[in-house]
Amino acid sequence: MSAGAGSDNLPWWATGLLLPVVNVTLALLVSALVIFAIGEDPVGALGTMLRGAVGTGEGIGYTLYYATSLIFTALAVAIAFHGGLFNIGGEGQAYIGGLGVGLVCLALPGWPWWAALPLSVLGGAAFGAFWAAIPGWLQAYRGSHIVITTIMFNFIASSLMVYLMVNVLIKPGQMSPESETFSTSMFLPMMADMMAGIGIEMASSPLNFSLFLALLACVGVWAFIWHTRWGFALRATGANENAALYAGIDPRRVIVITMALSGALAGLLGVNELHGVQHRLMLNFPAGLGFTGIAVALMGRNHPAGIIPAALLFGALYQGGTELVFDYPTISRELVVVIQGVVILFAGALEHMFRPALVRLFSRRPAVAASKPAGA
Amino acid sequence: MEMFLTLLSLLDSTVRLATPLLLAALAGFYSERAGVVDIGLEGKMLVAAFAAAATAALHGSAWLGLGAGILASVILALLHGFACITHKGNQVVSGVALNIVALGLTAVLGNAWFEMGGRTPNLPADARFGEITLPLAEALRGVPLLGPLYFELISGHNILVYLALAIVPLTWWIAYRTRFGLRLRAVGENPAAVDTAGISVTKLRYQAVLIAGLLCGIAGAYLSTAQGAGFQTNMTAGKGFLALAALILGKWKPVPTLFACLLFAFADALQTRLQGVALPGIGEVPVQLIEALPYLLTVLLLAGFVGKATPPKASGRPYVKDR
Repeated sequence: MSAGAGSDNLPWWATGLLLPVVNVTLALLVSALVIFAIGEDPVGALGTMLRGAVGTGEGIGYTLYYATSLIFTALAVAIAFHGGLFNIGGEGQAYIGGLGVGLVCLALPGWPWWAALPLSVLGGAAFGAFWAAIPGWLQAYRGSHIVITTIMFNFIASSLMVYLMVNVLIKPGQMSPESETFSTSMFLPMMADMMAGIGIEMASSPLNFSLFLALLACVGVWAFIWHTRWGFALRATGANENAALYAGIDPRRVIVITMALSGALAGLLGVNELHGVQHRLMLNFPAGLGFTGIAVALMGRNHPAGIIPAALLFGALYQGGTELVFDYPTISRELVVVIQGVVILFAGALEHMFRPALVRLFSRRPAVAASKPAGA
Repeated sequence: MEMFLTLLSLLDSTVRLATPLLLAALAGFYSERAGVVDIGLEGKMLVAAFAAAATAALHGSAWLGLGAGILASVILALLHGFACITHKGNQVVSGVALNIVALGLTAVLGNAWFEMGGRTPNLPADARFGEITLPLAEALRGVPLLGPLYFELISGHNILVYLALAIVPLTWWIAYRTRFGLRLRAVGENPAAVDTAGISVTKLRYQAVLIAGLLCGIAGAYLSTAQGAGFQTNMTAGKGFLALAALILGKWKPVPTLFACLLFAFADALQTRLQGVALPGIGEVPVQLIEALPYLLTVLLLAGFVGKATPPKASGRPYVKDR
């Protein structure tokens, strides 16, 4: 699948900024239409969402907390994209990755958080990588299609987790399928507390230390994809498997490794959600964020520098959607799901509709473009 | 006799549970054999289930509901076609997008229109597809073995069940005995050849996608106005993907797909009865394992560990004329 990089000589800001802005605008227009259709005031509703997301310190905290999880799942989609793979299994990989995080945290009672964190990251990454590497291996060596296999693995993950939570990991003497709470000493520090420590007052929210981890992952993914031999092999395989083979790259190995890395990134969602906020293993904690990662990655053009703002936007939509429900009871928070779907439609499936239009727009005045370097 | 009746009731639920899977899987058959991958079966069923339940609730007619369901599903199918056929977009991405749009839109509209947390009002019996007692079912009930078999298993389903079962041979006939079917299969294997013969690839693929929309529409209406009595948020709960798995297990052929659907439905029917029951020699089988079985089977099959399923050659690839 094409990762979006075109050979049609569009300036970087047209593909990097203009197209995403057009996509978001269209998605917001569609949701405005939906709000209008159910008899509410679109401008007022979208305004409420915006205020809910960034109007208060608490709102900003929640927005950043959602964005943290989305950065992980979107990076997972993006790295697979560059390897020519469409990983729809982020949801399941995040789920199983969370299991790894939870098992590590449960196994280390009393550890301080800074000592437990590297191990829980490792646990989440390893479990997520394992869950993604199987479909990767099946695609590379057995020829089964990654999209179908990752979809099936989402369902298998869900069944497996229900089994484990209900039968094995449930805290004894309790009805709801949740594990024991992790030791208090290993809870990741909340951002509000950390900021208070250096004298900055911040409203309390689930935003925690994981945000730094997410930003670190962005830098890591960027460096890996564009500045290492492995990243080159990955992009070469994604661009043309046969060419990669002639360049001495084994595409099959690259596919397995790419999927493992993708799954590892998705698995880190558990660090934010479980190690950071819930402090126990439970059911359904990925809550669709694995799928939203697809929208975020497409919107961010599969580049970490694009994924961060796209994750912020979707984090704001999630948080704004929660606020919206209080003021407009007829609008439910699934409106965010609609927006997300429309973004995937416009930025992903219909990318070939807007791009040629843009190319025409720019090629209409080649003289201007050509004379610029001469004048400078 | 007791065992026999238990078995009959198990098979009876199997038929009921298989119907929506079968309709959706056949929808996938048309689309995928024409070379258009359809991840969006789930979304199409969901909008159809919602439109059918909402219309039936407002107008009191199951048939009007069915019409509305088909219309909603066809609109989504056309969008899929617009993105993947007209604009040569990625078929998987488009399917994912439409599934998500369907999930969000039905929840938002349902909540706004009926104010019941995304559900539609409970449908009265005359706004649903009722059970049909086939001729002589009552009279023959006393006949040993065959009587109960006819009464319990064959008679007493709603019209959509019989329709779905009739569509299987019809689909086989269309696909393998008509000119349209030949072209449909050809366009999924080698669109360039079809194009060279002077037949429009675009038109054929749109036709296939429209049929898929129609069948998913019936499947969705079945869920909310025949099997159920109203719509709930995300009521398809993965059935579209299960149908996709059945289509793959059936190796993209109508009759084997029917058996795959029956197998999955049987597992589903069995699972509710096996809950907490210890089987002799095996012990208690985890419900979740039975739940995951269709997906595990599909994975094993696709990987060639259990037989081999080969998708239509050109599926997933948009057709570009000048290559």
